[in-house]
Amino acid sequence: MTTATVKKIRRAFTGNEAGAEAMRQINPDVAAVFPITPQTELMHAFASFVANGKVKTELVMVESEHSAMSATVGASAAGARAMTATSANGLALMWEIVYIAASSRLPIVMPIINRALSGPINIHCDHSDMMGCRDSGWIQMFSENSQEEYDNLIQAIRIAEHPDVLLPVMVGQDGFIISHSLESVEVFDDEEVRDFIGEYHPKNPLLDTDHPYTFGPLDLQDYYMEHKRQQHQGMQNARQVILDTGKEFGEKFGHHYSNFEEFHLEDAEIGMIALGSTAGTAKVAVENLREQGKKVGLLKLRVFRPFPFKELVEAVKHLKGLIVLDRSDSFGAMGGPVFLDVSASLNNLTKKPVTRNLIYGLGGRDMKVQDLEKIFGMMEKTVKTGKGAGSSQYYGARGDD
Amino acid sequence: MKLMTWQEIPIGGLILEAGNAKKFLTGDWRSQRPILDEEKCINCLTCFMVCPDGSIVLKDGKMSGFNYDYCKGCGICAYECPVKCITMKPEEDFR
Repeated sequence: MTTATVKKIRRAFTGNEAGAEAMRQINPDVAAVFPITPQTELMHAFASFVANGKVKTELVMVESEHSAMSATVGASAAGARAMTATSANGLALMWEIVYIAASSRLPIVMPIINRALSGPINIHCDHSDMMGCRDSGWIQMFSENSQEEYDNLIQAIRIAEHPDVLLPVMVGQDGFIISHSLESVEVFDDEEVRDFIGEYHPKNPLLDTDHPYTFGPLDLQDYYMEHKRQQHQGMQNARQVILDTGKEFGEKFGHHYSNFEEFHLEDAEIGMIALGSTAGTAKVAVENLREQGKKVGLLKLRVFRPFPFKELVEAVKHLKGLIVLDRSDSFGAMGGPVFLDVSASLNNLTKKPVTRNLIYGLGGRDMKVQDLEKIFGMMEKTVKTGKGAGSSQYYGARGDD
Repeated sequence: MKLMTWQEIPIGGLILEAGNAKKFLTGDWRSQRPILDEEKCINCLTCFMVCPDGSIVLKDGKMSGFNYDYCKGCGICAYECPVKCITMKPEEDFR
């Protein structure tokens, strides 16, 4: 799979260390840091790169995540390559500035170590933090493992800074499950990574004192809507840029990326959609069931925003049954956030797979290989009997069985 | 003024030209217009100091009227004037 030209070494990294290693190679001009579990370790590792002179980054230690995102926005507007990282409640506190980063078209890249939002307070993994800001205008990617975290962050810089896009990118990895688990990661040569991401040349930086610009002015009935239309276009343009960047990354480094990964999906009858670490566990379940002769497959969603609805429909339309896993609830909606987008995507098909949604793993509740095998079995029954078709239920909450 | 399309304007609300707020004639917002009685005016320039929009026009260091392109008609000048030489009149009287 890998190309022979790029030098690389294998390192044992936690997800957080893999994120920090990507940041070391990216060498951002500015990074704003504020600790929150389970993200703390990432910036901790990065801060030691700063202290040891491994990067030239200006590390800004702020008093809250609201300030972290504000400092990142300011640095990015000034013309810097600027990054920060957070989790759960930290992302929630950034909220208003998260929207301002996207609408000001600032190509910030932010690792998110996915963690359940309070309350009750919980520090473990689910996707409620990133799903809560799925309409904020950020490009959103989810990583299956430490390698993907590293690879996604490097690609994210290119995607965010592409002149047709100019939107911020958040790259998720599952808190603790990935962020604190040691895995083998292929790390590419510094120069090759830097050559891939290139130098950042902002078009209109605030620090261009010969040409004074205004960022973030009042925008009323006469122009606000045109600015939103531009933002919409940036997100539409991102679709092609994400594919092109994934392809180029694959050609250079040997790891190939698209909007999603299909695993035994082509000839499957029952398919599953999952994101993050669960997709890795599901691959084992698929392999086990395939050995038993079951025609099951997986679609691992990597890019959630922009949602790859056209490609996704093409990949799943032949299935008899499709089970969609959501690691967060959208209270009061027809199902979890992934299910809503998948259902909407399938809407125009005349013959569509029987679908079903399960909300699982909230607050770090385990999802094991056996669970996923059982879920494929549930879906097989749903296809045969119709029972549970179109429904959204919790999986693994005591009291429902 | 002809409004531009989304393809024509800089992205993200960016304003590329410095000092172009000058082109935005905020006097449009005015519903009350300040009128000066020059005979009563003692040129103390209290109005000049309190006007939040810099819309008091001076000539040779003396009060000579208002810049209606930017005066929003807040009435602070009329309120603060020690000799009450400024009166606020409804804008519709001038249409």
